[in-house]
Amino acid sequence: MTGPDRQITKVLVANRGEIALRVIEACAARGIATVAVYSEADATAAHVRAADEAVLIGPPAATESYLVTDRVLDAARRTGADAIHPGYGFLSENAEFAEAVGAAGLTWIGPGADAIRAMGTKIAARERMMAAGVPVVPGTHAAGQDLDVIAAAADEVGFPLLVKASAGGGGKGMRAVHEPSELRPALEAARREALGAFGDGALYLERLLIRPRHIEVQVFGDRHGNVVHFGERECSIQRRHQKVVEEAPSPVVGPELRARMGAAAVAAAKAVDYVGAGTVEFMLDASGDFYFLEMNTRLQVEHPVTEEVYGVDLVGLQLDVAMGRPLPMRQEDIAPRGHAIEVRLYAEDPARGFLPATGTLTRYRPSRAPGIRHDGGYAEGDTVAVHYDPMLAKLIAKGEDRGQAIGRLVRALDAWEVHGVITNLPFLLAVARHPEYVAGNLHTGFIPEHFPDGLPEPAPSRDALIAAALADAMGLGTSGAGGAAVAGDGTRGDASAPWHLVGPWRGCA
Amino acid sequence: MERLSTHIDPADPEFAANDVVMRDLVATLRDKTRTARAGGHGVARQHELGKLLARERVELLLDPGTPFLEVGGLAADGMYDGGAPAAGIITGVGLVHGVECVIVANDASVKGGTYFPMTVKKHLRAQEIALENHLPCIYLVDSGGAFLPMQDQVFPDRDHFGRIFYNQARLSALNIPQIAVVLGSCTAGGAYVPAMSDETIIVKGQGTIFLGGPPLVKAATGEVVTAEDLGGADVHARHSGVADHYAVDDRDAIAKARAIVETLNREKAARVTLTTPEEPVYDPEEIYGIVPRDTRIPYDVREVIARIVDGSRFAEFKKLYATTIVTGFARIFGFPVGIVANNGVLFSESALKAAHFIEMCSLRKIPLVFLQNITGFMVGREYERRGIAKDGAKMVHAVATANVPKLTVVIGGSFGAGNYGMCGRAYQPRFMWSWPNSRISVMGGEQAADVLATVKEDQLVRRGTPWTPDEREAFRKPILDKYETEGNPYYATARLWDDGVIDPADTRTVLGLSLSASLSAPIEEWRPGVFRM
Repeated sequence: MTGPDRQITKVLVANRGEIALRVIEACAARGIATVAVYSEADATAAHVRAADEAVLIGPPAATESYLVTDRVLDAARRTGADAIHPGYGFLSENAEFAEAVGAAGLTWIGPGADAIRAMGTKIAARERMMAAGVPVVPGTHAAGQDLDVIAAAADEVGFPLLVKASAGGGGKGMRAVHEPSELRPALEAARREALGAFGDGALYLERLLIRPRHIEVQVFGDRHGNVVHFGERECSIQRRHQKVVEEAPSPVVGPELRARMGAAAVAAAKAVDYVGAGTVEFMLDASGDFYFLEMNTRLQVEHPVTEEVYGVDLVGLQLDVAMGRPLPMRQEDIAPRGHAIEVRLYAEDPARGFLPATGTLTRYRPSRAPGIRHDGGYAEGDTVAVHYDPMLAKLIAKGEDRGQAIGRLVRALDAWEVHGVITNLPFLLAVARHPEYVAGNLHTGFIPEHFPDGLPEPAPSRDALIAAALADAMGLGTSGAGGAAVAGDGTRGDASAPWHLVGPWRGCA
Repeated sequence: MERLSTHIDPADPEFAANDVVMRDLVATLRDKTRTARAGGHGVARQHELGKLLARERVELLLDPGTPFLEVGGLAADGMYDGGAPAAGIITGVGLVHGVECVIVANDASVKGGTYFPMTVKKHLRAQEIALENHLPCIYLVDSGGAFLPMQDQVFPDRDHFGRIFYNQARLSALNIPQIAVVLGSCTAGGAYVPAMSDETIIVKGQGTIFLGGPPLVKAATGEVVTAEDLGGADVHARHSGVADHYAVDDRDAIAKARAIVETLNREKAARVTLTTPEEPVYDPEEIYGIVPRDTRIPYDVREVIARIVDGSRFAEFKKLYATTIVTGFARIFGFPVGIVANNGVLFSESALKAAHFIEMCSLRKIPLVFLQNITGFMVGREYERRGIAKDGAKMVHAVATANVPKLTVVIGGSFGAGNYGMCGRAYQPRFMWSWPNSRISVMGGEQAADVLATVKEDQLVRRGTPWTPDEREAFRKPILDKYETEGNPYYATARLWDDGVIDPADTRTVLGLSLSASLSAPIEEWRPGVFRM
């Protein structure tokens, strides 16, 4: 391995939750010191406990702490950090911040500000991709401010179509239109939403693909002009454009299609001189045609499935590349093995319209079974507040094939003990057990089609959850850390064996 | 260890007929138990007051998902005109934070939780279990004290109300923790239950402790005071120091009691070898068809043993000698046991074999299990001449001096001196249980009627007024009826001659829990005394 042209000795992690922990872990494994930043709400959070140092950067609201460029840079200066890892979300795709980091003499662990900008505006990105020969979904090419002009282009795009906000993301400013009469109201609603959310009302149209799959390709570039890809992830299981279940490889992508999509993704990255970890998202339709959707110029939440299947440490690789080292592998060395599935545990209530939930995790024990990886940001006893993204953790199940991975996933979900905060855990289990999921029949409308009303069965009542949490807090559980209450298990050498073996026996009644 | 073979045929009409009869007996037991557990007339009132029922309190106290070995569940059955279900008190052994504890819970739905004679006896029996087995006691107190109309049967004698507090002091002195939870009244003598405890919890606005209640205070001094001001939680937790812990309601109080047990630092004292528990290979419910519906019909008791012990494995001792008694070693839930089981009438040889076996268990510190089905010792000139009284005495002596935990199950008849030799109540078994088909009396009803009729007949003959066969039968009838009534297992269990009537299919479970509880106390060295040779 070539020596680094700029050494990194201390990384400031400008994030929180599981991704902050993930980055801290990768740094620690390389002997790199870490600095956490935190808001007042996160004073005792897991990432603060895990880092070597921690700096308070403001009140709970992200706009006053994690999103404030100056405070993050100030924290780096005060602690002598020489690099900043932005994680995902927050400042990770903020080109101005990336530039400010460089201007402060620090290393930015991410792509260049130009690449972020180039991919940050969807319309611009789309044009760039077309120029680079990457297939894009039929649609209006240019930003349109005039609704009449946009509407006129609709026939050319063809119905059904999607109205999208140029600056959009997360489904904001997006509308599906199935016939011409719906177009005008959809445009107006989308514009209002886009203006409200992004301060930018620019819209464009795009062909709406029928039962498309969301397939994305992990790319990686270094400072020496090398770009490789680590195959695809399928993220078709989404709820309102929020990914819920992701896997690698896709059940429908074979070596030939993988090579074609990979080549397109590498071309997309090279078109913007991409450095570091990035993801090129495509829609794959039933005929096997794929179209560029967007490029995420950061580490993805779902990166672990790629790590598991390709045996690569993507965060570690980010550090290497940021130090100027060339990629240690060539494309022909990269091959998948086995299958990995990730689910996202959200603190939200599937029975109440997926409203965010809060509370204290009175009990939190993920499975430790073989083939299970848990990337979490919370530990037992931690409080889940309203201020940030409701994702608590990711659970990744790996197997030699998809069937084994699903089997391990179901088992691990079943064994995951999460009390005190309502989560989508039962929903995840319902998805993982769904025959259509098991069969690999995935598309982006999977959840609305199979779970039109949210959960197939009601979640446990609030009282039941309170009772269960109390019982656990009091150590009344029949297994786990109940102390002396579980002194015996009824096996050899248990001097109280029958008490643990006969269950709640009450005699003849 | 050799696995017992079975020789039953479930298709045999006899087996099926036995099965029907035993299931009927078990159904009766179930009905009686349910009725007793429903509590007294005050159930609705308890809930109106925001208080939990005694049984609900016990359930909260126990480790979730663990059993409760109830003792005296049918006490006072058929007594006091049915006015005191379970004698108005729940007692038993249960697991609290992994520690086997004796639990005593007053049932305030039964005459305000007052003490009938059987209530006192049951409370004292629970304390005796605590004493013999070194089990911490948790008293869930909610009682108006002695049942005044029967004061002459609950107050003055040695084993009456005062003995409860005497026992508390003696138990505490042996480091058998005494914990009281005051969930209702503790008036007059009852005030001593919390006051004599090592640690006491009292519930705000609900628990009261005083020597004299408001009516007595007003009569004596003219002072008008509410129960709460006189002896409520604030008085005792903040001022008097009679209570140590303040609870806001039943649930809080019981959680605090659990927390106290967590701090007790208990270890089981008995040292025995343990193996991995193993279910019997034969279905315990087959006992229903095995046990003859007529107790006089003999059967092989090994069929019962095979449905109680681990893996149905039994190392039999002296199998070919004195075959009317079966002795041997086995495991129950991994615990070692020596089993003594009747397989017919006791002869001299049977008594000697049993005495020999019991001596071995005493020396080796192996708990003993007696399966009683005994008409008594053999009688007759030949047997007396050969000294059956002397040999019977050896067996009785061995049983009486054995210091190992002894557990008795009456699985059939329990008559005469056989009851003594097979560790009846007087021989201090740690626990004694009965099957619903059992019979207990000094002798069988027929024999008693014949004995008495013969005595009477001799008198009449001496007076020269012999009776007719009809007169003789009329004389016998009330005796037969009396023995039928009094020999009934429910008559016995109502009076706490045993610790409860159990479903035969539960025998293994009951023995396992009893054994486990009994091993909390150390096993003393055996001092054999003089065996008459």
